[in-house]
Amino acid sequence: MPAAPRPSASAAPALAAEVAIVGAGLAGATLALALARAGLAVALIDRAPPARQTLPGFDGRASAVSLGSKRLLAALGVWPRLAGGAQPIAEIRVSDGRPEGVAGWGGVSPLFLHYDHRELGEEPLGFMVENRHLRHALLAEVAASERILRLAPAEVAGVARGPAAARVALADGRELGAALVVGAEGRDSFVRRSAAIPVTTWSYPQAAIVCTVVHERPHRGIAHERFLPAGPFAILPLSGNRASIVWTERADLAEGFLGLSQPEFEAELVRRFGDFLGPVRALEGRWLYPLSFLLAARSVEPRLALVGDAAHGMHPVAGQGINIGWRDVAALAEVLVEARGLGRDLGDLGVLADYERWRRFDVLLMLAATDGINRLFSNDLGPLRLARDLGLGAVNAVGPLRRLFMRQAMGVAGDLPRLLRGEPIGP
Amino acid sequence: MAARRATATEGPHAGPGPTADAAEVARFADLAASWWDPRGPLRPLHRLNPVRLRYVRDRLAGHFGREAEGPAPLAGLSLLDVGCGGGLIAEPLCRLGARVTGIDAAAATVAVAALHARQAGLAIAYRALAPEDLAAEVAAGSGAPFDAVVSLEVIEHVAEPDAFLAALGRLVRPGGALVLATLNRTLKSLLLAKIGAEYVLRWLPVGTHDWRRFVTPSELGEGLARHGLRLREVSGVVYSPMTDSWRLAGDADVNYMAYAVREAAPGG
Repeated sequence: MPAAPRPSASAAPALAAEVAIVGAGLAGATLALALARAGLAVALIDRAPPARQTLPGFDGRASAVSLGSKRLLAALGVWPRLAGGAQPIAEIRVSDGRPEGVAGWGGVSPLFLHYDHRELGEEPLGFMVENRHLRHALLAEVAASERILRLAPAEVAGVARGPAAARVALADGRELGAALVVGAEGRDSFVRRSAAIPVTTWSYPQAAIVCTVVHERPHRGIAHERFLPAGPFAILPLSGNRASIVWTERADLAEGFLGLSQPEFEAELVRRFGDFLGPVRALEGRWLYPLSFLLAARSVEPRLALVGDAAHGMHPVAGQGINIGWRDVAALAEVLVEARGLGRDLGDLGVLADYERWRRFDVLLMLAATDGINRLFSNDLGPLRLARDLGLGAVNAVGPLRRLFMRQAMGVAGDLPRLLRGEPIGP
Repeated sequence: MAARRATATEGPHAGPGPTADAAEVARFADLAASWWDPRGPLRPLHRLNPVRLRYVRDRLAGHFGREAEGPAPLAGLSLLDVGCGGGLIAEPLCRLGARVTGIDAAAATVAVAALHARQAGLAIAYRALAPEDLAAEVAAGSGAPFDAVVSLEVIEHVAEPDAFLAALGRLVRPGGALVLATLNRTLKSLLLAKIGAEYVLRWLPVGTHDWRRFVTPSELGEGLARHGLRLREVSGVVYSPMTDSWRLAGDADVNYMAYAVREAAPGG
């Protein structure tokens, strides 16, 4: 635990906002915009200078932006900055398989789950967007907003929560007063730790290798997810003849793959990728992400709320992490804007409990599903292979079940916050 | 709220000065904590608060021609909260722009409210006073009647409802508005609000309410009319166990809110 903050007892802090958001990543920056658009005074604090967040090497991932998340970004005016580079996902094909040349046979199981957007209508299932584009678009809109006070680079040294206001002490000695402090800094959330909120967490014996490839033939917007024995291997279509690869590997081997020479790395990649899109070439830049599960016991305390990975971290198998984070953002923003319209104290636990209640079921469902799917598939046990292949086949065969899964993955199922339906909030 | 929040200035009716703060904090810290803890003993009141605030905001905004969803919809209105308790209604109404005075007969509760408002930087004038006494002050020319008066969950606790309504009538300026919340006297309210809430669910301490003092909407309408107030609307407030929240509904058999207006002064 960090040293307890020592905010002065009486003097008003030099800086003030209604809501102080710590962490200007995808969740934090989106929340800042959602609140500012509804008229709230927001402070957005991040330890990294904004320019560094958008450097090519900062974040090599791409995100599967669900249809609901796209509507949120559109309602906040961010989507026009992204539309050009966003790749619509027309289909998702899920299959069970082994890398070529393993134990005498390889390839893809004929039983697979197939999601096709045409089954639900004209709109795609979602969009693949590179994270650096997302960060750039969000931070550009943040910079253009008069209601957002940006404090970056700035390190948070302490959070003190009083009966009438919270104070955020910055390492440089400045102090910020706010009715509510939001932790949006990811799994190692300082705000969460400042409140000593317990977490349930474990590391998966897996790590994700992320890179971008170019291939010869067009991908036609089809995303592939193959359940290989070491973990899921995802081929996610990007604009042009490019794909983002999320290659889940045994943690003890992943480091070795990352260090391979370019031809060796590409050879390993092709064993898993196959040749259905013609010759494949890996672009420069490989990233390694350790994988873990995390669930905070509570996502709210008096004058404190957690969103995104600060509250819950999940296996990337379903590409749902950021979409869940944005669902948190949309729900919290709606609860806060409504409370403010009634003159309520935004840090009041009665207000914040409405946010927690709204999100709990969806978060638990998604955490359980991603953990379960990964456990079920990341192995090579004969009976399990057969059972899960039959399971995939069964889900695929039952239309209503398949469409429910699709709507869930698209982020348009359940009791949705207005922003996720593309509707603005606030006056 | 920072932008809209006035600096706490000590008005003529504000509580003791800042020097008394430390002693006050010590004396009322527990009481204040229990008033303002949404999971504490007053949890039912906290759960009820959003729907009450929405009703007060919407009716007053409508009455004074404001946009209810707009910023500071009650800006500039002078507003009296009768039976303000710890300030659960007074503080939000202050944030919505009203100049709020809160009165309560319990001096300790008023001290809690004043302390909390000061900590929150809200300029609310709190006084330990009965509405009859404030009405007498106003009648004597000390202070003006208010644009609006709210009194939520109070009338069912007063010994003489008619005298209470008479005082409220004198505290609302001609053309002003009154918003009340109370409990209806029906068999259903005896079962739910009295037996259910006090004995079964244990939401409220036994003895919180005396069912015989509950007021029916028609009695309320007649009482208001005797004192120059016209009942404009009654709306039921019902509990949804699934979401643990309250909402407005047509069913006014148990909890209800009422909106009334003071006729403009006769003869101009």
